[in-house]
Amino acid sequence: MIDNLFLWLGIAVVASPSVLLAVLGLTTLLGRPLSESVTARLTSAAVVMGLLPVLAILGMMLAFDTKYVPIELGDWIALEQEHYHFNLKFVFDRLSVPFTILSFVLCGVVGAFTRQYLHLEVGYNRFFLCYAFFFAGMVISSLAGTIETLFFGWELVGLSSALLIAYFHERENPVRNGARVWSIYRLADAAFLIAALTMHKLTGGGDFGELMGSGPWPEGIAAIDPYHALVVGSLLLVAAAGKSALVPFSGWLPRAMEGPTPSSAVFYGSLSVHLGAYLLLRVSPILDQSWTLRLLVIAVGVASALFGAMMSRVQTDVKTSLAYASLTQVGIIVVEIGCGLRYLALIHIIGHASLRTMQLLRAPTLLKDYHNLENAIGARLSRNHAPWTNLIPASLRQWCYRFGYERGFLDTLLDNWIVSPFLMAFRWSDRMERGWTDWISQQPSRESDQADLHPESEPGRIA
Amino acid sequence: MSELHFPWMELAIVLPLLVALPIGWLSNRELARSLAFAACTMSFVFAVGEWVDFASLGKFEAHDHWDVIAYVFHADVFVIDELSAPLLPLGGLIYLVMILATARTKVGRFSFSWTLFSESVLLATLSCRASWVLIGLLIVGVIPPWIEMRKRGCCTRVYVLHMGVYAALLLGGYLWLNVFERPGEIPMVAATLLTAAALLRSGVVPMHCWMTDLFEKTTFGTAILFVTPLTGAYAAMRLVLPIAPSWGLQSMAMLSLITAVYASGMALVQRESRRFFCYLFLSNASLVLIGLELVTPLGLTGALCVWLSVGLSLTGFGITLRSIESRIGRVSLVDYHGLYDQMPMLAGFFLLTGMASIGFPATIGFVGMELLVEGVVDVYPMTGTAVVLAAAFNGIAIMLVYFRIFTGKRHVSPASLRIRPAEKIAVLILSVLILGGGLVPQPGVSSRHHAALELSKQRHRELSAEANEELDFHTDEEVE
Repeated sequence: MIDNLFLWLGIAVVASPSVLLAVLGLTTLLGRPLSESVTARLTSAAVVMGLLPVLAILGMMLAFDTKYVPIELGDWIALEQEHYHFNLKFVFDRLSVPFTILSFVLCGVVGAFTRQYLHLEVGYNRFFLCYAFFFAGMVISSLAGTIETLFFGWELVGLSSALLIAYFHERENPVRNGARVWSIYRLADAAFLIAALTMHKLTGGGDFGELMGSGPWPEGIAAIDPYHALVVGSLLLVAAAGKSALVPFSGWLPRAMEGPTPSSAVFYGSLSVHLGAYLLLRVSPILDQSWTLRLLVIAVGVASALFGAMMSRVQTDVKTSLAYASLTQVGIIVVEIGCGLRYLALIHIIGHASLRTMQLLRAPTLLKDYHNLENAIGARLSRNHAPWTNLIPASLRQWCYRFGYERGFLDTLLDNWIVSPFLMAFRWSDRMERGWTDWISQQPSRESDQADLHPESEPGRIA
Repeated sequence: MSELHFPWMELAIVLPLLVALPIGWLSNRELARSLAFAACTMSFVFAVGEWVDFASLGKFEAHDHWDVIAYVFHADVFVIDELSAPLLPLGGLIYLVMILATARTKVGRFSFSWTLFSESVLLATLSCRASWVLIGLLIVGVIPPWIEMRKRGCCTRVYVLHMGVYAALLLGGYLWLNVFERPGEIPMVAATLLTAAALLRSGVVPMHCWMTDLFEKTTFGTAILFVTPLTGAYAAMRLVLPIAPSWGLQSMAMLSLITAVYASGMALVQRESRRFFCYLFLSNASLVLIGLELVTPLGLTGALCVWLSVGLSLTGFGITLRSIESRIGRVSLVDYHGLYDQMPMLAGFFLLTGMASIGFPATIGFVGMELLVEGVVDVYPMTGTAVVLAAAFNGIAIMLVYFRIFTGKRHVSPASLRIRPAEKIAVLILSVLILGGGLVPQPGVSSRHHAALELSKQRHRELSAEANEELDFHTDEEVE
């Protein structure tokens, strides 16, 4: 009876954002987008219909002193002979329940805020479609009981992220930034997938329960040796670093602020930016198996926190400054995870996400209030410098300023040492291929060279 | 051999051929288009009928009821088995949606007659097992694009050179297999020649330049129809898989792996949409080849799943690009075109099909890609991860091109660029299959897994038979 109740409540939690995604997705695909009010109501309904069951589950878990509630939906795919199972399993435990509630609450708040914020905007429907992708992705990732299910949600979050950064798509800058974030996400996802496959090979399945041994989170002991823990953990650390903008991938975080404020708040202030940390928390028993891995995690966290702190102080706009402030906190959270302080990290995530959402949603009106305040007092507000800044030599201060302003040169390094050589190599190959086909044809072989830059604006060209 | 309840295959093959002849002379292009559409629809219906009928039999292979060709030639030429059963409807569907989505402004340029002929040849090819008929059909299949290039006054040297070598390798390899190979020996020379032919037809690096040349010089529709059914992979399955030694297949897999990564990298630097599509396709097709050549049940299952998903998703992707091209001409990827507001549905479909091709969750490609990657990593733990990298590059390339075409400053066009009803139907048919296959993957995966097991067994049977014959042969020699 109780188990059945858990099952149906669990299904309701996962189904509500999925149904929202299906409705918004299908209506858009059919070219019949819903009206603003219907979209807003559906979104609110999905949040409420998901939040209430998860609260009920939390209440029941507390009432019955249950620490682990698996919701088995059976095999999505099963190839018995190959021992291959893609199990749809969701887990309600001391990690997933708070994170899921946080996701529902913040998504609900941001959904309600956006209803007014984007009222009569052309891209209203597009925003809510991406929001639905994100919402479903977050809930699925938070509750995932297997690494494949987590990957499923993880990908949904990544796609919606890139599209929302490029929301103002008539301007090139947001689009370029969206593309950049997507590129980093894809490479991080590749690391995640390889980690998932390695885990499959090691444990014969992707179930976190099997991998983390007996005992609910955070008491499990990983069933793999230190060497494999280091390999899998390092790959997962790369995936987490990509998703949470940790060093060396921090460069995308300020770029992500090009999106509309509500998406910046829910993605890069609160939920998405913590998803990497959440992943590390979920697989934290693996970290216990390898000291080297723990040191790596701590090092990445410390570097990210320092970078974030330095950069946030020299930014010239409020959203970017908040983005780097988020990075600082996420870095500290990662350090906490590396040190094994799991509950502290979880509480830190919840507190930080809530605060940052509020700050980012407040950001558009903050400047106006600031100016009003200055007008009221008839003078500039005083800017206090910390007393210890005078102790630092001017040259070092200048260097630090430039370092922070240039965002730690991380983007430049990635561009110069990875992206450019990569593109140069393939452009060279393209030239070689051209030479080869031209030589065989004994004439220029590419009609595509004559493609007009903007045929769509030439009246005679439109078919 | 089991028998279907109706001559599905023969009807699916003959009908387009019969209609192709008269519409070649029709001056009314709209009528030609309608007839071609009707023929494709009927052919598709017969192909689906064949699949359903075959599935109901529960056998590994079967031939048509009232098999006229078998009656005349006393040989089972057209035989359906678990490998080809879903490929026929897939081939029929690809042709059907392509004709459906052909814009009225392009009916004068797109040859419906040769398209139907190609469809007929393709369906016949997919119904054939290793035989001289298959060799003949594989060679005949390369002629229609060549004729189109000639008609358009384009230089055909690159295509002729590659396809000439392909035909020579096919003929030479199969001749060698039948004439010179000693019984019981692993046919090394024939296997090498046939392997080279299959790799060339699949566009494996460095023998891929004919494919980019094809996309440059034929109509986009013809090029898509020529490559998306993965005829090269089919040739590899029929001609190479049963006879090639394991190390040979694994070498092919490595070449395909290199191609997958190389093509995905090349897709990132292209400056025009057709060439981009070509490399994207090449990368995905190579992923299929990798799985096929591993010959492990998991890898083979993954490859067969990805075969179907690539066929559907990249056909849809190609149709989207072709629809855009039919409105504005060749699409440069150097600058942003800002077309989203003018064609939102095509933008959505571009993303859906593009994401399906890289195995995005909830699309038909997801499970296939997972199985494929797992199969490859099983055999090549380190280098196998390159498959993941290739998929990542493809994902980046698709999003970059999406941004180039649909975002940026809006260039207002004088005419409506919105999707037309016929295109919408084509797009929705593919969307339903892509999402349906992604959300309910078990039936498709089980069917492909069963086919993979049967194909593996068949290969082991044939190789062990050869080994036994070789043993008998040597024993006889020693006795003498």
